[in-house]
Amino acid sequence: MDLVKVKNLSRTFDVSKPWLNRVIERQPKLFLKAVSEVDFDIAERSTYALVGESGSGKSTIGRMLVGLLTPSGGNVEIEGVDLANETDAAKVAAVRADIQMIFQDPYASLNPRWRVRDIIVEPVLARGGETKGLAERLLEQVGLSAEDAGKFPHEFSGGQRQRICIARALSSEPRLIVCDEPTSALDVSVQAQVLNLMSDLKDSFGLTYLLISHDLTVVQHMADRIGVLYLGRLVEEADPDTLFSDPKHPYTQMLLEAAPRLDAFGREVVPPEGEIPNPIDPPTGCAFHPRCPLAVDRCRAERPELREVGTSRAACHLAE
Amino acid sequence: MTEPVLSIRDLSVEIPTRKGIVCPVDSVSYDIAPGEILGVVGESGAGKSMAGNAVIGLLNPPARIAKGEIWLNGTRIDQLSGDAMRRLRGKEIGMVFQDPLTSLNPLLQIGDQLTETMLTHLDISRSEAEKRAIAALQEVGIPGAADRLNSYPHEFSGGMRQRVVIALALCAEPSLIIADEPTTALDVSVQAQIVALLKKLCRERGTAIMLITHDMGVIAEAADRVAVMYAGRLAELGPVREILTSPSHPYTDGLMASTPLASRGKSRLHQIPGSMPRLNAIPDGCAFNPRCPYAADKCRHDPGPQGVEGRAACWFPIVRERTA
Repeated sequence: MDLVKVKNLSRTFDVSKPWLNRVIERQPKLFLKAVSEVDFDIAERSTYALVGESGSGKSTIGRMLVGLLTPSGGNVEIEGVDLANETDAAKVAAVRADIQMIFQDPYASLNPRWRVRDIIVEPVLARGGETKGLAERLLEQVGLSAEDAGKFPHEFSGGQRQRICIARALSSEPRLIVCDEPTSALDVSVQAQVLNLMSDLKDSFGLTYLLISHDLTVVQHMADRIGVLYLGRLVEEADPDTLFSDPKHPYTQMLLEAAPRLDAFGREVVPPEGEIPNPIDPPTGCAFHPRCPLAVDRCRAERPELREVGTSRAACHLAE
Repeated sequence: MTEPVLSIRDLSVEIPTRKGIVCPVDSVSYDIAPGEILGVVGESGAGKSMAGNAVIGLLNPPARIAKGEIWLNGTRIDQLSGDAMRRLRGKEIGMVFQDPLTSLNPLLQIGDQLTETMLTHLDISRSEAEKRAIAALQEVGIPGAADRLNSYPHEFSGGMRQRVVIALALCAEPSLIIADEPTTALDVSVQAQIVALLKKLCRERGTAIMLITHDMGVIAEAADRVAVMYAGRLAELGPVREILTSPSHPYTDGLMASTPLASRGKSRLHQIPGSMPRLNAIPDGCAFNPRCPYAADKCRHDPGPQGVEGRAACWFPIVRERTA
């Protein structure tokens, strides 16, 4: 059973200069296509990971999933309800309550003037639920102590703050948690604690995660299914074992090759060519062709569709 | 053995605060030989950047060097005056910071920034400096170097900007480059480019590089030797392969085990309980003892031996069969 169905999802941002500048400098409107035509499903009680470099649109997708941004095209269905187009407010509210989010920076995502107890129970309070003892119970579940409920966020370290964020996300008993780079701001030893906690909670609460990360090792460890994004498009989707042992798309291959490895002492990497192109003016055809070692004429002219290749899906003319 | 470019002896940095003196760097010693990349790893607050800043004389007051010596090419530099230190910075020691956007002047064309550095430190003419600026940009792999001299920093992408910063650090041909988290702000593919560039420079020019990072993967690929720091102290120092495959300090061991690795599969990650102590609450004895699985009574009272080459700062180092 798929909890989340993302169909043909697109999002365009207007990045034009102000009207007067456009008139005086005779410039057209500029649009940035952050996400284009992305399709994927997330099975219930699984972890779906989106990886990609900066500007690949992974956070934009996460934000559209929780409803912080509205899609410009396509739709997101959660529990069979299309959040952007559903008109029945009761249905929307019911689904909304099942979605929570954990952000990257635990220093910025907790209100410094609120006590931890108030932070944690807010999602429940907002819907008029019962909150007595809830914060204390959740704090213990995420590995802090019940006495911490009366403290302020500045009294905690980064890893502890991220635990508070997780406790807040859990308080409304969600089914889906969107984790946007949950461990990027943390040190390695603390990252391990948070990742273990996330796995434990997934099992005990029956959670579904959308994990957004740029760190391939974290993704490999956590995910059941991985989607690789490049310039707003899904270029490959596979389960971790297949993706890491037999990547189909040349971009995935490049990414895996370039990622630093712990066991590769003095490895001489042939560093990848070039950088991510400007998303306002993406290359024609396959967006990866200027950096692709295998590119042929067809790649420059025709954009490859995402198609089944073995157990994976890849958007490459040459993948087999 | 060749004379080390940089030699730090028993260096301590202290910061007086209202609640007493804290010590972000505590009795640290290491050497860097010419053409060597020394990786300095540790988590945030371990004092790795603070040690780098002490070397280049950029400690923010009230932080100050409390004791110890810093030798650069046989000259003691920790007692130099501000003026003498300024002449040294850029000429003998180049610096690459984490954020390439804030380490370039946004109002100056990069050509001007490069030539200014060279004219300050080297006795050359402006036209010669310009020629060298182009050569430096070419060396760090910026396409169309001659045309890019008149570009401003904002016209470059993140990776290209970091290359400019490296060119800037290189242009006066220093014998030591301190690279403080040079790839942390960059994407994986660009990070690989920058690491390859640093290795190439080190090999071709014999520049010594102090690579400060928290990323063990970068260390494994780039560094020759590695210094692991914890709570201001040197936990362990040695050849990178030895330290990473058979660590003898329990902290390094825990750190390596808690990094997600393909070969470990989906099992739970090893976790070190707790987190790095704050500077004003460093525990008695060995700073790692509250988190250490092997801690004994002795560890709670006595800080243990100082970490030096080949000897971990631990009473009970882990002994393993060294696999050659």
